[in-house]
Amino acid sequence: MDASLARLRERIVAANAAQAPLRLRGGGSKDFYGETLIGDVVDTREHAGIVAYEPSELVITVRGGTPLAEIEDALAQHGQCLPFEPPAFGGGATIGGAIATGLSGPRRAYAGAARDFVLGAHLVDAQGELLRFGGQVMKNVAGFDVSRLLCGSLGVLGLITQVSLKVLPRPREEITLRFDAGIADALAMFHRWRAQPLPITATAWHDSAATVRLSGSSSALRAARATLGGTPMNDADAQAWWLALRQQTYEFFRDGDKPLWRLSLPATAPIDISGGDLIEWSGALRWLRSDAPAAEIRATASRLGGTAMLWRGARTASMFHPLSPIQLELHKRLKRQFDPHGIFNRGRLSAKF
Amino acid sequence: MTASDARTEPASLDARRAELRRALAGVLPAACLLCEAEQTTPFECDGLSAFRQVPLAVALPETEAQVREVLRVCHALYVPVVARGAGTGLSGGAMPSADGLVLSLAKLNRILDIDPLACIARVEPGVRNLAVSEAAAPYGLYYAPDPSSQIACSIGGNVAENSGGVHCLKYGLTVHNVLGVRGYTIDGEEIVLGGAALDTPGLDLLALAIGSEGLLMVVTEVTLKLIPRPKVAQVVMASFDDVVKAGDAVAAIIAAGIIPAGLEMMDRKATQAVEPFVRAGYDLDAEAILLAESDGTAEEVADEIAEIEHVLKAAGSTQCIVSQSEAERLRFWSGRKNAFPAAGRISPDYYCMDGTIPRKHLGRMLRAIEEMEKKHALRCMNVFHAGDGNLHPLILFDAHREGEWARADAFGAGILELCVALGGTITGEHGVGIEKIGSMCVQFVPAERDAFFAIKRAFDPAGLLNPGKAIPTLHRCAEYGRMHVHGGQLPFADLPRF
Repeated sequence: MDASLARLRERIVAANAAQAPLRLRGGGSKDFYGETLIGDVVDTREHAGIVAYEPSELVITVRGGTPLAEIEDALAQHGQCLPFEPPAFGGGATIGGAIATGLSGPRRAYAGAARDFVLGAHLVDAQGELLRFGGQVMKNVAGFDVSRLLCGSLGVLGLITQVSLKVLPRPREEITLRFDAGIADALAMFHRWRAQPLPITATAWHDSAATVRLSGSSSALRAARATLGGTPMNDADAQAWWLALRQQTYEFFRDGDKPLWRLSLPATAPIDISGGDLIEWSGALRWLRSDAPAAEIRATASRLGGTAMLWRGARTASMFHPLSPIQLELHKRLKRQFDPHGIFNRGRLSAKF
Repeated sequence: MTASDARTEPASLDARRAELRRALAGVLPAACLLCEAEQTTPFECDGLSAFRQVPLAVALPETEAQVREVLRVCHALYVPVVARGAGTGLSGGAMPSADGLVLSLAKLNRILDIDPLACIARVEPGVRNLAVSEAAAPYGLYYAPDPSSQIACSIGGNVAENSGGVHCLKYGLTVHNVLGVRGYTIDGEEIVLGGAALDTPGLDLLALAIGSEGLLMVVTEVTLKLIPRPKVAQVVMASFDDVVKAGDAVAAIIAAGIIPAGLEMMDRKATQAVEPFVRAGYDLDAEAILLAESDGTAEEVADEIAEIEHVLKAAGSTQCIVSQSEAERLRFWSGRKNAFPAAGRISPDYYCMDGTIPRKHLGRMLRAIEEMEKKHALRCMNVFHAGDGNLHPLILFDAHREGEWARADAFGAGILELCVALGGTITGEHGVGIEKIGSMCVQFVPAERDAFFAIKRAFDPAGLLNPGKAIPTLHRCAEYGRMHVHGGQLPFADLPRF
């Protein structure tokens, strides 16, 4: 076992013995994401590096502290990519953080989320045991799917020290089309197109304009363009635009005084209070700047079959939409099973554990 | 191989059955409860008939409320519950407990809603896999996972097993195509995981529930993702004079940046078994054939097929035939889809394995299987989901001949151990069930198995849902070790462990 992993395990064993909380942290680009930050920082970046990458297997295995940028560079050299477009929100983001938060970018509604590309994971539990779940193969149903459970777990079950991810070829070509459209027309277009075999890999609506990205072979893109119409953006502008959306450097995310809400709704949910100021994922992700009471926004989201997260801005309420009582009970029981003394990222996923 | 233990003495079973019958009579119509041996015997096994056990009783609820009440009764009486879909599973996951109830979800078979705008179907668990695509077809949509048993297998069973099919590389497994489930915990509490919205707060319990083999909850409603039916599909059938070359050709296709909709391989023993049966037009002189499918728009498919052909020829294919019509495409596939029945035609019994390995080891695995054929004096035909590295070796045997099942069992265990040693897994899509419970001891160390039990305890503290399946106890592994590990040495000790 390598020294960096051994040190992390020692640290965890000692903290568990002392029942002292630990705050698992990679590059810190997503410190804002979660309820509260408690405990001594464990910097995961020391345990880094690509363990295995064979392009023809479509699998990369990396240590948790590996910078996202390093992985994306390695993949790009072989014409491949992480299809879920993980947002970095800053230069130092690590793959461990990307998987622990489970966040995905603009391509999520079309290619799948981070959890859809996790094939396996290593976890150090509160006793310092190294546990390996899943593997490096595409299909694996041996045992419960713990590696996917860890995706989005915010470190509350333990430290993710290694992950294996399915990767895909980068699209051969991409084009981005713009349409002048109000919110209702844009949503109607997105829904109509989604039910057709079109190579759409991202959609967004903001400020009276719909933006649609197509990815695939040149023949597929030609055929799709003829169907869709719209005005093409030049390649450099388009790439920069989608990157800004993914990394949230886009002005909408930077500016504004009111709290920023992230609403996850059925794509076809009607437009009302939750209509949103910026829409992604064919309508399934809606960003809202609003100082309406949290309870009101959450009640609306619930009524529409979704949830509302207080993404940025004054914390007048919990960040995450509350769990149902039975869900909360299951969360607490899982937490007790994996981390009886509550040393890992206490309070980060919920104030209740 | 009848499961039994000390708790299941006939007299105590009769008393338990009577007690359960009285309690369930209050929550189920009489026609929905089967207690007599001639009624319960048809439920003694699933698609893996080597493992059988007659249950205490069988409940066939017609409504979600009845499912909830049945669970409450069983929880109160401490009766094990084995949920069952269509019974097509291949790992004995639905094999009953002698002292337990089989909870059949077969009567919950309504398609509740097809929403063509949202591209979503809401269905009850007893709906057949293919019925979803049939109902969605008028809207140009379908449900992607297509296990070979799709005309019969149910969505509830697919969720329990995380079923795959021949199009997984491009379209994913059940876990990638189920948006949400609703169901009940063993104590009858309603639980909703996921839903029509893509992100839900908290831990991804949906991922945990899918593929949990009936150990965590009973699902009563499933929300499925529907996708647009591609306009065109075409398949290339390529012959190879060497299985290793065929394996390398698979890697070459992926390396060229192509993700075929399907990528399947059959060895000569498999093509020779199916050809007289289905007349698919397979090249019987080839050591292996590959089927590579492309789907999409007409332009896209034309480009991709040309590219696939080019790669296959460069990889040494001796013959490449491209389907020229939908009928021909289906004919090429018919042999692959009928490989299992074909095995049944040439052998009294067959034992289907389901390991997955990194694709690069296909050649090595095939050579090892050849050696094992000699060692165990049994034939084995090989069909692979080559794109996923998921193997389905079919070990041919005759259960009526003394010792043949034991040899087939040992042969299978040997294949699975090699899968683990090569960095793969003992089950790609069929599940652990009762069948591979011993092989789980090879793939996971005690601390990992403890973690599985920890999850089980969180959902089902009393351990009543499908007990004895999917996760082996320490005791069970000690027994397996005595049987299969000789002199303290793991098989293939020279190979690195992953």
